[in-house]
Amino acid sequence: MLGRTLREVSTALKQGHITPTELCQKCLSLIKKTKFLNAYITVSEEVALKQAEESEKRYKKGHSLGDLDGIPVAVKDNFSTSSIETTCASNMLKGYVPPYNATVVQKLLDKGAVLMGKTNLDEFAMGSGSTDGVFGPVKNPWSYSKQYREKRKQKAHGENEDSNWLITGGSSGGSAAAVAAFTCFAALGSDTGGSTRNPAAHCGVVGFKPSYGLVSRHGLIPLVNSMDVPGILTRCVDDAAIVLGMLAGHDPKDSTTIQDPVKPFTLPTSADVNKLCIGIPKEYLAPELSSEVRSFWSKAANLFESEGAKVIEVSLPHTSYSIVCYHVLCTSEVASNMARFDGLEYGHRCDINVSTEAMYAATRREGFNDVVRGRILSGNFFLLKENYENYFIKAQKVRRLIANDFVNVFNSGVDVLLTPTTLSEAVPYLEFIKEDNRTRSAQDDIFTQAVNMAGENLTSAIPEPHAKEPEQLHVTSFSYLPMTNELAGIIETFVVT
Amino acid sequence: MSSLLSAPSALREDALRRLKREMWARAVKLGLRSWVGWRRGFTSKADPQRSGRVTAEVIEHLERLALVDFGSLEAVARLEKAIAFADRLRAVDTDGVEPMESVLEDRCLYLRSDNVVEGNCAEELLQNAHRVVEEYFVAPPGMCSPKWLNRLSLSELRI
Repeated sequence: MLGRTLREVSTALKQGHITPTELCQKCLSLIKKTKFLNAYITVSEEVALKQAEESEKRYKKGHSLGDLDGIPVAVKDNFSTSSIETTCASNMLKGYVPPYNATVVQKLLDKGAVLMGKTNLDEFAMGSGSTDGVFGPVKNPWSYSKQYREKRKQKAHGENEDSNWLITGGSSGGSAAAVAAFTCFAALGSDTGGSTRNPAAHCGVVGFKPSYGLVSRHGLIPLVNSMDVPGILTRCVDDAAIVLGMLAGHDPKDSTTIQDPVKPFTLPTSADVNKLCIGIPKEYLAPELSSEVRSFWSKAANLFESEGAKVIEVSLPHTSYSIVCYHVLCTSEVASNMARFDGLEYGHRCDINVSTEAMYAATRREGFNDVVRGRILSGNFFLLKENYENYFIKAQKVRRLIANDFVNVFNSGVDVLLTPTTLSEAVPYLEFIKEDNRTRSAQDDIFTQAVNMAGENLTSAIPEPHAKEPEQLHVTSFSYLPMTNELAGIIETFVVT
Repeated sequence: MSSLLSAPSALREDALRRLKREMWARAVKLGLRSWVGWRRGFTSKADPQRSGRVTAEVIEHLERLALVDFGSLEAVARLEKAIAFADRLRAVDTDGVEPMESVLEDRCLYLRSDNVVEGNCAEELLQNAHRVVEEYFVAPPGMCSPKWLNRLSLSELRI
């Protein structure tokens, strides 16, 4: 039951094959069994059981709230959840209990979803491995797959069973692992430079980043206000569409959400790609791309072509500068956003009382890890009067050039772009930590951050199906380790085929 | 020094006080100089990956602005690498290009009507603060502490 899709389980609930309480208990028990993955920071057992009970009452009366009623979900720990600790995996917010729910969390709860807990992440969502939070790294469930274990046995003998576990990618690694390990049917992540798509790719689940402005950011503890979006992680594209339908729409509490009405939609059961034009950006053929990812990319392109789609090469000329541009804009906005953490109104506070400056400085030294502090300092450097024009404004100009690249390509008749999400499959933790967070983020975000800066494009990481029907972009099985392709496109054209 | 011991007590007190002040000032100068020298010495090391832009003055300035300290040589090195990375943007021709602040720049931000619809939750909000007196957040003294007035660097503010 736990391996089913959201839609299948929802049907089972409606038909009474399983009750919300039974489902909740199964998930809670699996969370306990998979505790070694470290996917959850907080497991909200009591809350979940209470919500499941209420859902059961509704089903008994025949008043279910819809497809999400009674469905176990998880939420990344940088979304505010009322009365449930929200830490952002940082000492700065350990023990912080928000007095309100983030809009996306409230929407899920209003539709009857059952909140299993808050998932682990890189501290303040800064990182591409989910290895830099104060609660420790998240382990990729695929590290324990039969195939990977066998391959490891062949390589090294007498090696400690667990020493070569794989990272989940980040920063929404906990959410991706929670979904991949079947402990919930959907999870919320956040995506600023690929933080939902990267771990989705490494954990073999669907990671969906909505266009900026489609989903409310109210209650999402901000990293980069002009690029953050809540992300959706599920086990199949159809499930992601269900969740998106519940979350999308204008929020008066987030003035950056667009006011256009969002039309409800369902994905067609058989996708007709005859009229689709798919672009392959040539600049994404990076030399660091692993041969396996390259071959999957090729396979996916050939699959679409064999089904009648037009597949053409396109150019995004400023691709090589986009990661640099992202780095400057990200650190600059971070420097501003992290200024709110001073120990006075909430969060950690040190014991020093000599002066406000001393108190702020010590609080921030104790509360933030090296990664966060490094980004704050870099951001402040780029925002110095003497550097503002040459770095910050320059990066904003390059951002426009990058956004224009995408606009030009989509105006030339291309409907969607097909690209890899990551350079390679998930790497072992011991290898990942050989480089620092900044270097890793620069490497791992290379494909994903450009669309965050262009904003208007939808992106999702769709696991490469191993054996599949052409119409279904569903996860069936994997040969070895998951890797995904990314489809960026405008929602209306992609969904309505 | 021995002449001090044989001088009359009042004079001796005075001289001792003066000596202490001078020694303290010298120690601070030495301390500052060695700290600054350490950083200057560090940043002058030639390294192709480093931009050489992070001088001791910049470090101090950033620590002041950010209220976050570097804490180690590695952190300074990381900033140097970050700057060198960002320098790659110079190769892009942005003549005549307007900066882009938001991807939604062509739309109007939503503004709600100016009516009070929520609030009155002071008690709830105060619960998250460590130090509270009635309905006030309690902060340490601001710009009236002598150390701030003397504009000592952040390292001296550390206790």
